[in-house]
Amino acid sequence: MIRIEDIKKQFGDQEVLKGISTVFEKGKTNLIIGKSGAGKTVMLKILVGLIQPTSGIVWYGDTNFSALNTKQRKAIRTEMGMLFQGSALFDSMSVEENVRFPLDMFTNLTKKEKEIKVDKTLERVELTGSNNKYPSEVSGGMQKRVGIARAIILDPKYLFCDEPNSGLDPTTSMKIDELIRNITAENQITTVINTHDMNSVMEIGDNINLVHLGELAWVGTRHEVMTNKNELLQDFIFASPFLQRLRDAANLNKNA
Amino acid sequence: MFSRPEKLSMYWKETTRQMIDIGIGSLVIIGLVSVFIGAVTAIQFAYQLGSSSIPKYYIGYIVRDIMIIELAPTFTCLALAGKVGSNIAAELGGMRQKEQIDALEVMGVDTTAYLVLPKIIAALTVIPMLVVLSAFMGMAGGYTACTVGGLVSEAEFMQGLRAFFDPYNIWMMEIKAFVFAFLLTSISCYQGFFVTGGSIELGRASTSAVVISNILILLADYVLALILT
Repeated sequence: MIRIEDIKKQFGDQEVLKGISTVFEKGKTNLIIGKSGAGKTVMLKILVGLIQPTSGIVWYGDTNFSALNTKQRKAIRTEMGMLFQGSALFDSMSVEENVRFPLDMFTNLTKKEKEIKVDKTLERVELTGSNNKYPSEVSGGMQKRVGIARAIILDPKYLFCDEPNSGLDPTTSMKIDELIRNITAENQITTVINTHDMNSVMEIGDNINLVHLGELAWVGTRHEVMTNKNELLQDFIFASPFLQRLRDAANLNKNA
Repeated sequence: MFSRPEKLSMYWKETTRQMIDIGIGSLVIIGLVSVFIGAVTAIQFAYQLGSSSIPKYYIGYIVRDIMIIELAPTFTCLALAGKVGSNIAAELGGMRQKEQIDALEVMGVDTTAYLVLPKIIAALTVIPMLVVLSAFMGMAGGYTACTVGGLVSEAEFMQGLRAFFDPYNIWMMEIKAFVFAFLLTSISCYQGFFVTGGSIELGRASTSAVVISNILILLADYVLALILT
């Protein structure tokens, strides 16, 4: 479980996060949603320690992550995995080398043991046989899956995903969502996803945090999204005219 | 940057990769530049001598010393600032922009140590070797230009190469090579590592890496000349 307490972040005169407190639960897919510029990415980067908050505390279980020095943070970071928006794969390494990198850097496994673990992980993300391809030779969806494989190879306790569906077609996007949800449930890890993809919200949102102008505007589950009357949530969810028409049609049917 | 490596073997692997990139990757350009500099120096000095009473073998002596003391370390490092420096800045800048540095950081890798230290160690190891090679290639260039062009006989040039040799000059060459190597890699790493923005900023960082490295190499050359001579 990850808990954040009164997180504030200021860049110059601009206050990007205005005191956010929330909990990201273990074994669930926790979503941070909101419009562009709402502060989602800053919040995610504060969670993993890439950005220091102006004030506030990030708790990993009972550990105050914000109070740790670089050396102490390293220990927690080996329990983290992160999928970046652009996958952030190392261009000069093959798919297998990318996935194996955390094993090479942080474990003393033998070559054979690493090989088995890499093959198993690639199989888990349905990329068997792609070992020798380079990031430039695989599709965007495959790159995301390689990114997920690299993120989970050390069996992390915490998985972070920054816009995992960006640039993907709806079918591939759904597969990525399903993969993340299954990994979360199977390994009982705390997953935090930063997204504005509505399919993800409706399909895998176990715990949804709506951020609006740097403040936490709403917290709930995917089951509550459609019924909740929060104006900001409704504005965000039904932003597209197509979804608005769908909602109006559903309301008409209900009233008829 | 000098923290304890997460895994020594990974740092060694990265250092050797950089050594190959800087060393093997620069052999042709350094070889070519040095041969021509040596040849031109010999021809120009022969022209300056003209019909003066200074012995012709002095051409070999001047080519040797000017290559060792000045041209090999300075020209090699100026050329490497253009080739290796811009490459380092672009590589690190690209990694920053594609969030690869962030990815390493989230994994728990000390990014400055893993990405910068191997480059500096590789440069400090390989560039002094390239400078030695440059000095030899320069002398070979001078020899070829003189003998093929009939400016001086083979025996006279060889006599000049052996005359008045002071081993201290080799030290001077290597000290310069170490200092210039450190300057060009550390400046280029800094420019690339802290790049922000998009492709225009990346281009600027790459250019700045070359320009600042060149200026500081020339400045250091002046300071070292004052100190070492």
